[in-house]
Amino acid sequence: MKITLDINGAQLEADVEPRMSLLDCLRDVFRLTGAHAGCEHGVCGACTVLIDGEPARSCLIFAPQAEGCKITTVEALANAPGEPGIVQDSFCATHAMQCGYCTPGMILTAHALLKRNPVPSRDDIVDAISGNICRCTGYGQIVEAIELAANRLRGRNEPSGGAA
Amino acid sequence: MRHKKPASGETVKAASFEYIRPANLDAALAALTQHEDARIIAGGQTLAPMMAMRLARPSHLIDIAHIAALKGIEMRDGALWIGAATRQLDAERSALVQQHAPLLAAAFPWIGHHATRARGTVGGSIANADPAAEIPLVLAALDGVVHWANASSEGATSAREFFTGPMMTALEPAAIVTGASFPVWEGARIGASLHEVSQRRSDFAYVSAVAQIQIDTQGHCIRAALAIGGATPAPVALESTCAALKGAASPDAAQAALEKDIETLDIMTDGHASPRYRRRNALALAQRALKDAFAKASGAPA
Repeated sequence: MKITLDINGAQLEADVEPRMSLLDCLRDVFRLTGAHAGCEHGVCGACTVLIDGEPARSCLIFAPQAEGCKITTVEALANAPGEPGIVQDSFCATHAMQCGYCTPGMILTAHALLKRNPVPSRDDIVDAISGNICRCTGYGQIVEAIELAANRLRGRNEPSGGAA
Repeated sequence: MRHKKPASGETVKAASFEYIRPANLDAALAALTQHEDARIIAGGQTLAPMMAMRLARPSHLIDIAHIAALKGIEMRDGALWIGAATRQLDAERSALVQQHAPLLAAAFPWIGHHATRARGTVGGSIANADPAAEIPLVLAALDGVVHWANASSEGATSAREFFTGPMMTALEPAAIVTGASFPVWEGARIGASLHEVSQRRSDFAYVSAVAQIQIDTQGHCIRAALAIGGATPAPVALESTCAALKGAASPDAAQAALEKDIETLDIMTDGHASPRYRRRNALALAQRALKDAFAKASGAPA
């Protein structure tokens, strides 16, 4: 069936079988491979995208269900190609990844958390990423990355006095 | 580097189905009546993985997520009505839920994860009737009502009669859950609490207990709701314990009734937890939920 999806602000058309998951549609039709196929039954969070601003599992949504929703993938978080956004850069700065498989989902989940809660406690962060599984880092640096991103995002709109 | 584009159907997991997005409830009911193997989908947070594993193979999916009449949260006839297609996350953030349904508010953080609550619906959890599901547990504890419709009529069924077993309800095949009414307790000094045991945070609960307590100015219980889920085929309200709590200043006064209620529960088992373990947990979690609810009731603004 023919569908039109709102992905990262663009209206994209596709002709898919209804049973195609949004995840497969993003990856295989639109070549947006930032959403990763992990468990593919809703447990791991590697396929996280934002749907109407909230993190959601793209493997648990059939592509036609997403018509009429605003979909944001990790590709939209970069300021420009090769220029990471603040949350992405914070993950690099704190070494918050090893294999990187969970990272796009973690970053989108963190992005949504910080948009809603600019001053998250450690518990808020842990709760927010509790649906995203990382098998490498032990989560320590991921929490650190989100704390750093929160600090940077808060500082971004303050006048820089003295040291830059 | 270019990747080979997979051929159509190469990467899909679910069996083929036809997708229908009806404009209103009547059209949804007509489609459900017309297609015998059709299933309703709204959030799909349980149905989609079941389909990915081909444990479910519906011929048609009828998507009711966009039907306006099935969405919303409002006071109706003295109860808090939540439309079936209302997202769990929207209900979790609702001021009306926080204000009028403290037990439901206490339960939301335990339902899946943020990302599944963003898609999963209140009605979906009710229609799915997983024994470990928190929304059916709260609805049964508070003696709420499930609203439904079929092609010829509308009806309402008490939650305590609606949930008949694991993934089983009293809903007839060609009917749709349209909403649920959560009883609202008038007055002040109300406390609510949920306790559960699961393997990991937000996994399916082996045992869960919910309690909502209202006390008078002297701290005596004037109203109580208590139910056990997860361990039993469907949520069970512990009515004898609730009766014994009337007038009590602490859960201790109802201890004997609670032990008796727990002893009579029909406890399920699986490879993860024995019936004995589940029964002992049911007692401990009910005690904790009651203690917490009393404490919150006395600390709540008078």
